[in-house]
Amino acid sequence: MTLVVSAPAKASHALTSLVAGRRRIGLIAVIGLAGACLLVAIVAVGQGAISIPASRVADILVAKLTGNDTLLDGRDVLVVLNIRLPRVLLGLLVGAGLAVSGALMQGLFRNPLADPGLVGVSSGAGLAAAATIVLGDRFLTGTMMMKLPFAALPAGAFCGGLASTLALYLIATRGGRTSVATMLLAGVALGALAGALTGLLAFMSDDRQLRDLTFWSLGSLGGASWTKLSVVAPIILPLLLLMPLLARGLNGLMLGEAEAYHLGIPVQRIKALTILLVALAVGASVATAGLIGFVGIVVPHLIRLSIGPDHRLLLPLSALGGAMLLVGADIAARLIVAPAELPIGIVTATIGAPFFLWLLLRRTSLIDV
Amino acid sequence: MSEPTPILSSHGVSFLTGGRRLVAEASLNLGGGTTTILIGPNGAGKSTLLKLLTGEIKPASGDIRIAGEPLAAVPAWRLACLRSVMAQHARLIFPFSVYEVASLGVDGIGRALPRPRREAIVAEALAAAGVLDLAGRRYQTLSGGEQQRVQFARVLCQLEAGRSVAERQILFLDEPIASLDLCHQLALLDMARSIAARGVAVLVVLHDLNLAVTYADHLVVMDQGRIIAQGPPARTLDDALLRQVFKVDLTLSRAPAPGLPFLLPQQHRGRPAT
Repeated sequence: MTLVVSAPAKASHALTSLVAGRRRIGLIAVIGLAGACLLVAIVAVGQGAISIPASRVADILVAKLTGNDTLLDGRDVLVVLNIRLPRVLLGLLVGAGLAVSGALMQGLFRNPLADPGLVGVSSGAGLAAAATIVLGDRFLTGTMMMKLPFAALPAGAFCGGLASTLALYLIATRGGRTSVATMLLAGVALGALAGALTGLLAFMSDDRQLRDLTFWSLGSLGGASWTKLSVVAPIILPLLLLMPLLARGLNGLMLGEAEAYHLGIPVQRIKALTILLVALAVGASVATAGLIGFVGIVVPHLIRLSIGPDHRLLLPLSALGGAMLLVGADIAARLIVAPAELPIGIVTATIGAPFFLWLLLRRTSLIDV
Repeated sequence: MSEPTPILSSHGVSFLTGGRRLVAEASLNLGGGTTTILIGPNGAGKSTLLKLLTGEIKPASGDIRIAGEPLAAVPAWRLACLRSVMAQHARLIFPFSVYEVASLGVDGIGRALPRPRREAIVAEALAAAGVLDLAGRRYQTLSGGEQQRVQFARVLCQLEAGRSVAERQILFLDEPIASLDLCHQLALLDMARSIAARGVAVLVVLHDLNLAVTYADHLVVMDQGRIIAQGPPARTLDDALLRQVFKVDLTLSRAPAPGLPFLLPQQHRGRPAT
């Protein structure tokens, strides 16, 4: 059963401690990041126009969970349970979904610059949202004399995102094999086209529509509600639950598609499942929170720089990191210009980009593009 | 030598692309315990034949059977237990460590094995490929030759992990020594032969004719998509064949080791193979 030579004892001992060390670091990172994420979430529930201390937030949540309703009265309970909690949960979900989608796309396309937008979701969703904002009012007010229904924008964005992903997938699939290189290039072309059409719509729009459009394209977690959450959660959660199934396959794909096939990985199934899950999760994120850039590209790279590129750790850590980053950014978005709110995309980019650059300057050798 | 049933057999296999016939009517058996070495000029179809035999691409016509079953009918995961493949070059985009790259060989098909066993397989393979002391390094920072040895370690891992499932295995090596120095070239080929001695069928694509005749039990010569000669090295090669295939004047000699042919380029015929 030995492979011709047995490992020299000393080197093999060093290897054992190396592997054990890696595993310990991974475990510490998962636990630490999960704890930090929880902490940020509790702070986020307390912060805002009305400040509620973290201990009171914890009391309210525990009372609600244990069904002890006697403690649940007062205005702060209403704020916590009906406004802040759904908002924070939405932030956790969207942040985790975007970061995991980014990690998956970079792995699938074997390209460190890939982001969730690459599968065409963002461009398609953006175009559909712009069309809803600019053209929706005209058609509806012209014909039925009513205001555009509240759900039209997210629904339109979601459908637009899925439609453009489907188009890309069909373009890039020949004879049962999907070429990720073709998909990447077609994604760029389709993105440019959608961008041009979105620009045309912006050109046609009036001042109010232009403002809606701008705000939507910068993203916001405002308007979160339990209803919205109950629609979004079943679409994003499958990505988070099924990602462990994709980790090994994506690790193998790092060597190339042929090598992954030689390793026994069902390459086409991994590709199709990844694209489907990402399209759904990003579609749902964009539909409810607008276009939030940066999370999908920065969080996975931060994890790779600090822990390593193994997807079995990268995916869960990205989920935690993305959730924490987005909820943290939402705190800043609500506090900086309170009682008004900044679009969250502005916050994620202005905090995240310099931090990322600083990290790159310190440890350039870790990324070879 | 009595011929047991081959682990892999191909019969009249052809592959076409863009109207060009890259492999034509190739028939080849890979038997357990045999080191088969495939030689031929650039563009002869060696790598394409290898891709056909590993199942990576499907032949336009012809029949390939592995362990008695049609190759196309064997699912990817079982194929991965039956055969291990080292391709010409593998580039990595993200900073995986040497240990992680080698582990890829056991992570998939070795999932059922207990973790200490998996780790032992990786450690042994790294040692066998001579890269154990590089285990903590990032793959991208290694030299081309070191990377090639890490890939060899990964392939050894897969072979070892697959052994618990498949009794009869095949090892494919496509120009495995292209970036190696002479010492490591010989070490890798020695290793390939000792794996064959364990009952594995080994197929190696090589360019160095002297190493090919030294290490081959069975030599296969390809030119323009066709297998034009195959058999034991001493009986397969002759001056005329070499001149025809490689477009250089070579004289086959039989000096150093008893019975082994060796060759030295005499003079170039002035026309590179096209």
